[in-house]
Amino acid sequence: MSDEKPFVHPYIPNSVPEVKEQMLREIGVRSVDELYRDIPERLRFRGRMNLPEPLTSEAALKRHVEGILGRNRSCAEALSFLGGGCWPHYVPAVCDEINRRSEFLTAYAGEPYEDHGRFQALFEYESLMAELLDMDVVNVPTFDWCQAASTAVRMAGRLTKRDEALVVDTTGPDRLLVMKNYCRGVMNLVPVRHDPVTGGMDLEDLAVKFTERTAAVYFENPSYLGFFETQGQRIAEMAHARGGLCVVGVDPISLGVIAPPSHYGADIVCGDIQPLGVHMNFGGGQGGFISTRDEERFVMEYPSRLFGIAKTAFEGEWGFGDVAYDRTSFGVREKGKEFVGTAAALWGITAGVYLALMGPQGMRELGQHILQKSQYAVKRIATLSGVKAPRFKSPYFKEFVVDFTGTGKSVADINQALLGRGIFGGRDLGRDFLGLAGCALFCVTEVHTKNDIDSLAAALEEVLR
Amino acid sequence: MKLRAFHQAKWDEEVIFELHTKGERGILVSPVENAIAYEVGDGISALPESLRRKTPPALPEISQMRVLKHYLRLSQHTLGADLNVDIGQGTCTVKYNPKINDALAASPKVAELHPFQDESTVQGALEIIHRTDLFMREISGLDRFSFQPASGSAAILAMASMIQAWHESRGEGKTRDEVITTIFSHPSDAAAAAVKGYKVVTIHQTEDGLPDLEALKLAVSERTAGLLITNPEDTGIFNPKIDEITRIVRAAGGLCGYDQANANGILGVTRAREAGFDMCFFNLHKTFGTPHGCGGPACGALGVVRELTDYLPVPLVDFDGEKYMLRHDLKHTIGKVRSFYGVFPAILKAYAWIMSLGERGLREAANVAVLNNNYILEKVKTIRGASAPFAPGRHRIEQVRYSWEKMTKETAVTTEDVALRMADFGFHLWSSHHPFIVPEPFTIEPTESYSKAEIDEYLAALRKISEEAYEDPAKVKGAPYRSVVHRIDHSSFDDPAKWAITWRSYLKKNRKGI
Repeated sequence: MSDEKPFVHPYIPNSVPEVKEQMLREIGVRSVDELYRDIPERLRFRGRMNLPEPLTSEAALKRHVEGILGRNRSCAEALSFLGGGCWPHYVPAVCDEINRRSEFLTAYAGEPYEDHGRFQALFEYESLMAELLDMDVVNVPTFDWCQAASTAVRMAGRLTKRDEALVVDTTGPDRLLVMKNYCRGVMNLVPVRHDPVTGGMDLEDLAVKFTERTAAVYFENPSYLGFFETQGQRIAEMAHARGGLCVVGVDPISLGVIAPPSHYGADIVCGDIQPLGVHMNFGGGQGGFISTRDEERFVMEYPSRLFGIAKTAFEGEWGFGDVAYDRTSFGVREKGKEFVGTAAALWGITAGVYLALMGPQGMRELGQHILQKSQYAVKRIATLSGVKAPRFKSPYFKEFVVDFTGTGKSVADINQALLGRGIFGGRDLGRDFLGLAGCALFCVTEVHTKNDIDSLAAALEEVLR
Repeated sequence: MKLRAFHQAKWDEEVIFELHTKGERGILVSPVENAIAYEVGDGISALPESLRRKTPPALPEISQMRVLKHYLRLSQHTLGADLNVDIGQGTCTVKYNPKINDALAASPKVAELHPFQDESTVQGALEIIHRTDLFMREISGLDRFSFQPASGSAAILAMASMIQAWHESRGEGKTRDEVITTIFSHPSDAAAAAVKGYKVVTIHQTEDGLPDLEALKLAVSERTAGLLITNPEDTGIFNPKIDEITRIVRAAGGLCGYDQANANGILGVTRAREAGFDMCFFNLHKTFGTPHGCGGPACGALGVVRELTDYLPVPLVDFDGEKYMLRHDLKHTIGKVRSFYGVFPAILKAYAWIMSLGERGLREAANVAVLNNNYILEKVKTIRGASAPFAPGRHRIEQVRYSWEKMTKETAVTTEDVALRMADFGFHLWSSHHPFIVPEPFTIEPTESYSKAEIDEYLAALRKISEEAYEDPAKVKGAPYRSVVHRIDHSSFDDPAKWAITWRSYLKKNRKGI
């Protein structure tokens, strides 16, 4: 390397040759290569990594990356009705202001002294979510709803010492794939049919499939397909009567107007916080929550960090720290509860900011707004010839299934035609749900105006003509 | 060297619920247009009574500036890497996260992308993923990467899942029920294997700090499904027999997974391929300069050899020479380990980091990280009461796990005491050193991001605290004095009757009757 010109990079202060020389001298070696002496020659990579010439100037780097990103056409440049686990909601400027702060963005795992604010912000996130969910324990976020549901089911397995979970077959497809993989080898997931008319769980099928091995019944409210499960209380009672637990996934942004699952018997509640102030980020904005009652047997089954509040040696000061840390894999490795590590803390802080801004009134108004908007969209779309909306006869929130089978056109063709008109149509459900070929999942939130919805209806009318 | 007369912000800030004033608003929601209300009514009437929320959530009501101020104050109570010489969270690779990368990720071309958009509208995003895959192949020597795992632990889980799926596809799923790891590998290497139902066999180290090869030879059998191992381990010692370890496990029919969460000292120096691994992963939030975000969002970039490509989580990103596309049809796929395609902003930031450095810059980053680390090693060894257990006289790679054992014996000042005193100087010295094999441990990992002057300042603080420990131990034991809060009373955290994981729980347990 000595024949090369020095490579001084702004990210690497000690790449300055004189500094490097001085440090090598103090270590007592002649070259950095000597420091790698423990790596035997047969393990040394002597080739060159075939990487592009670097763009060491920031200006060039920016231009290059923006050039690639310019090939994207985002939802800000189109009229999008896509949802299905990643949703367009308004992100208050304060949410971005906070999660882009250097202090939070570049912090990691300091102690609850010099990182007191990180602990407090996440404790407050837990606390604000707890009010929304009306439960007493919420974890520091896990990766996403998929992981939260997977862990919730595994917690139920350990709590009941049973090894099966009944999962309604309208569960989100990504969720089901993650849950299946996460449970494989340890727990069985058994699908429960939905009622083809209402979309709700087929309680007869539930009764048949519930056995002495059933740890939990899992359903979502609103479901992945947008409709509400109206039999929550009945399902929870059926699970409890036979020694199982009721696990419910929920969209937290609905809870200003919708009863939280704890009000109809849920034991473990889970879901995603992306709607609460986090941009869609091509699916990178997800964060999972898990919530239970404050009972020792439940708390001890969480794999996650749980931050608690405490006093300090100084009267009137709030301190924070890890509750029941010894249950985690950090402490006891494979004997811990599943595993814990980096997940989605920054989105947790953000969701806390969002809930603090919205308050009870904001959450109620927003919930109502979304109900009205989605009902209006359904009303408009349902007038189109050959179109059935909503596909399921249940109340719905934010998303709904539109059945295009009566139009003689495929969802793919309809969406292509919409794309040509600057509209991202609903998610094609044919691939993920056997019975829903020719159907699409549309999402309408507070970011859509009446004009947007009218434009969609008008475009659909043209496309279907 | 003069130590900084540091004092952290101390706002004595309320818990957010204490800021509540009935009627205040933080942000308003626009009402629906009149015509919509006219068409559909109030929206809520369409719901059955049982679905309606009867009492509003007891969220606080706070005006916007006060919410902002509250969180800005909490941010000032947090010591991000941008503010300190963040080398005391060893194993975490807390390096510089270039601001330009954050700015690029904040673009609506990233933030406002939906994962289900038509592929023709996300060609830029897919190109970034594909190109980063190509880079990772070069860095590891493996053949294909998925960026779906949202952390290192999730990537470990994915590796354990592929091990399981591989043996199942060969009819040995039931019989191969053991995963081998080492005690100095990350706890998740053991824990995530157990999640998949595996019995975990842990190999301990010998006196040289390296895993016991003889124990490994005895441990492998027809029950061995695979190996999950970190190298260098948390001691910073490179395991020169890593290829022998993989050979032993492969000979027994197991697959080998390399935990390269932290590969910061070995970029371009040694690779998973030459060490005989079938799989590996890199934490983009460690080695590749993406922010830690207080603990995520993040990415564990997961790589495999060609034979295992079909086992990766779906979808992969393919390129046919003209356009990029998502590929779902993998014969043996484990399914998914996270929704959608992982944390795209992290992939983008890692891409930009690599593009800024190139092949020579990556090597330089690794070389300087190792230089910095060995410089610190030399200096720490001269601090009274400190030592570097294992491998005396040997150089280390990117970090070292040190010990205050001698000082604790001589002064009763513990590593925890030192950590809390370090906060008074504006530094981290974190407390997570599992497993606690090294007595009174502390772990320092300088990365390439800090100047010699900054490193010297950190070392000066360690030296100062050692002097204090020997001269005035009570001073160290009373720390911190200049941090946000004083010593926390931990007594409630393990007591179900007292712990309070939420504010409402705290109120129930502490203010009964008020």
